[in-house]
Amino acid sequence: MFKKSLIGTLAMAAVLAGGAAQSKTLVYCAEGSPENFNPMINTTGTTFNANRPIYNRLVEFKPGTTEVGPGLAESWTVSPDGLTFVFKLRHNAKWQSNKSFKPTRGFNADDVIFSFERQWKDSNPYHKVSGGGYDYFNDMSMPDLLASIDKVDDYTVRFVLKKPQAPFLANLAMDFATIQSAEYADVLMKAGKPEQIDQEPIGTGPYEYVQYVRDATIRYKAFPGYWGTKPKIDTLVYSINKDPAVRLAKLRANECQISFGPLPADLPGIKADKNLQLISQAGLNIGYLAFNNTKAPFTDQKVRVAINMAIDKKAILDAVYQGAGTPAKNLIPPTLWSYNTKVEDFKYDPAAAKKLLAEAGFPDGFETDLWAMPVQRPYNPDARRIAELMQSDLAKVGIKAKIVSYEWGEYRKRVQNSEHGMALLGWTGDNGDPDNFFVPLAGCAAARVGGGSASKWCNKEFEGIVQKAAEVTNQAERTKLYEQAQVIMHREAPFYLIAHSVVFLPMRANVTGFKLSPLGSFEFNNVDLK
Amino acid sequence: MLRFLLGRVTLILPTFVCVTLASFLLIHAVPGDPIEVRVGEHGIAPERLAMLRHQFGLDQPLWKQFLDYETQLAHGDLGNSVVTHASVWDEFLTLFPATVELGVCALIFALVVGLPLGVIAAVRRGTAFDYGLMGVSVTGASMPIFWWGLMVILVFSVFLGWTPVSGRIGDAFFVEPWSGFMLIDSWYSDDEGAVWSALTHLILPTIVLGTVPLATIARMTRSSMLEVLGDDFIRTARAKGLSPLRVVVVHALRNALIPVVTVVGLQVGGLMGGAILTETIFAWPGIGHWLVEAIQRRDYPVLQGGTLVIAVLVMAVNLGVDVTYGFLNPRIRK
Repeated sequence: MFKKSLIGTLAMAAVLAGGAAQSKTLVYCAEGSPENFNPMINTTGTTFNANRPIYNRLVEFKPGTTEVGPGLAESWTVSPDGLTFVFKLRHNAKWQSNKSFKPTRGFNADDVIFSFERQWKDSNPYHKVSGGGYDYFNDMSMPDLLASIDKVDDYTVRFVLKKPQAPFLANLAMDFATIQSAEYADVLMKAGKPEQIDQEPIGTGPYEYVQYVRDATIRYKAFPGYWGTKPKIDTLVYSINKDPAVRLAKLRANECQISFGPLPADLPGIKADKNLQLISQAGLNIGYLAFNNTKAPFTDQKVRVAINMAIDKKAILDAVYQGAGTPAKNLIPPTLWSYNTKVEDFKYDPAAAKKLLAEAGFPDGFETDLWAMPVQRPYNPDARRIAELMQSDLAKVGIKAKIVSYEWGEYRKRVQNSEHGMALLGWTGDNGDPDNFFVPLAGCAAARVGGGSASKWCNKEFEGIVQKAAEVTNQAERTKLYEQAQVIMHREAPFYLIAHSVVFLPMRANVTGFKLSPLGSFEFNNVDLK
Repeated sequence: MLRFLLGRVTLILPTFVCVTLASFLLIHAVPGDPIEVRVGEHGIAPERLAMLRHQFGLDQPLWKQFLDYETQLAHGDLGNSVVTHASVWDEFLTLFPATVELGVCALIFALVVGLPLGVIAAVRRGTAFDYGLMGVSVTGASMPIFWWGLMVILVFSVFLGWTPVSGRIGDAFFVEPWSGFMLIDSWYSDDEGAVWSALTHLILPTIVLGTVPLATIARMTRSSMLEVLGDDFIRTARAKGLSPLRVVVVHALRNALIPVVTVVGLQVGGLMGGAILTETIFAWPGIGHWLVEAIQRRDYPVLQGGTLVIAVLVMAVNLGVDVTYGFLNPRIRK
């Protein structure tokens, strides 16, 4: 009656366990489930990471950097006015296949046109499929930027912009700019199940999608037709587990070989474990305390500088970041090009701060509010605790700060509406371009009431430089401009800059070739097991 | 019996409406909505926010949203998830077998261990075994599941390496989920050793989820047995010269079981609650896990639909228990 005897099963389990050493299966302990398999629609890092093995973009970030390199486009040219981008496409990129789709052609310009028009044009039959909210496409202002996208020939595509925008190229390396197969889309539309394109993905990337068991595992296998370097791992499995302590337990038990986001408290134990290695990198983020530059007394530069000198940054880094943060002196993190190393951070000096406050007309300090967000963010592990530390430092120079907090959505809305005096907040970079920090956080457009900037700071000199830097295509020239912008920002001190958090990734000692991306994305192309 | 049943069934509809109203109000009382929760530091343009709110009907007054939802329910439609856009009912059906599998195992574990322990404690009343067991069971019933789950993982999986840490089956096995019950699916998969892997993955979550019901069942069995053991008919049975085992198992236990059955029925609701935590710790892809995620994402249709289906199931189980109880104890039927 029984299909297999228990003894037989046990014997096979033993055989399998023995054989597992030779098979190249890598299990990555992921932190959550993807919403679906389309990075155009969703905005979470979890979904992006689940799609990275499958898809490619026209241009891609070089592993471990924010530098843009070739992807499905082998090369590109930009017109002198910065308005026209012409991409020469790769001839050797093939599409993957599944039960319902066998591609009849390789990747070409039609796929590029389809992938952008799906997000851009209402008239595209796929525009509304799977809910059709293309948040990132809109967030990166693509509809305002794009004038046209044309197919010049099968392997050449031309993008024309309405205004010059240097970060455009970096935008195309972002996950939302993923290229889907136009042929697969047609086949599914004819079969009457268009939403399948976002559930059973077909891409040109190093791994093919095999199976997704909701909230449990995602399974991929190496794609033999991949145009780049063949992956060394045959089967890639994402094992989904929300709890960081359990993820670490799985790593220790060798049930997974790479594990996402450890708890800061577990880091010393991981470092001490001989079976594990821990890699780290400064994240592409910034945690700050924003002064509301439109409200007195923060309209006075002396007050802002005084607060910058009154708060002990080192104490915050030691107590809250526990070694998982680097002190911030510029708005952009040191991993980003154009970071100005020459800027010197304000020294912690309460006496000097008190003197400055007196000069500004506040010899006895003043009363204000200090907003702390209710959630943990990648750039700020515990806003409440940081607010308390700041509160006690500020009290020493006579500033009485009342800590205020709201539900996260409400918090952001009120900060945008300029209701705060000082507010803790931060930012995680999207495309590795300095413009993506300076414009949304300190640009004049974002400083309006209801705009995204928490500092509400609008400085004409700074704005002019940042705007110019966005229009110039020469990177050396842009670097100079951004360096200058950082000097102005330091002088004006619209923020108290706290830290760039460090991203840690524990893995088994036998894992090689994994590079942490400053953008927080995970790629397994070059990973191997010794 | 029919009147008894009818009385029970007529209570279901008002309960049903109350459950939908309560879940609707509670979920909407939580600040933030599915759109706002999705927006990060980027913020969202007011026009776009208004457009998305309109798309999901969130711009309607609350009473209208509730009436629309009830109408939709009356048509047998639970709606679609705001996040995945898949039908809530389909998602439920995909994930529910995992919860049932875990819940049934936990209940069997609680019964198989809890009943005999309760009986022994009653028979050996006042001994060290009795006090020890009752102490342990109070601890078990009041143990925070989250902490207990992590403890058993640390001891059995990390230090001893006996059991897998989490999941339903080893990642090396490729099993097509056609029934959703891993023990069945792995049985029919081509991968040898899959059944064993599925079984070992069940051990820890079963123990963790079964601990509270086990403690409750053991205590209930003990006190119920103590009551019955003092009854006249037990003295009569003993006086007739029946063996102590027969007195305890056949005469006392059968009568002591009636309140235990009620407790077991009530445990089903508790198991659902416990499953939410257990599934989160053990990355068990069932409905508990699903609902926790839905709370974080303010996925209203999933939360409302999920709560409703669970409530209906708990009501059905309780009805079943009431009926069983009626059969076991004729006095109830009158």
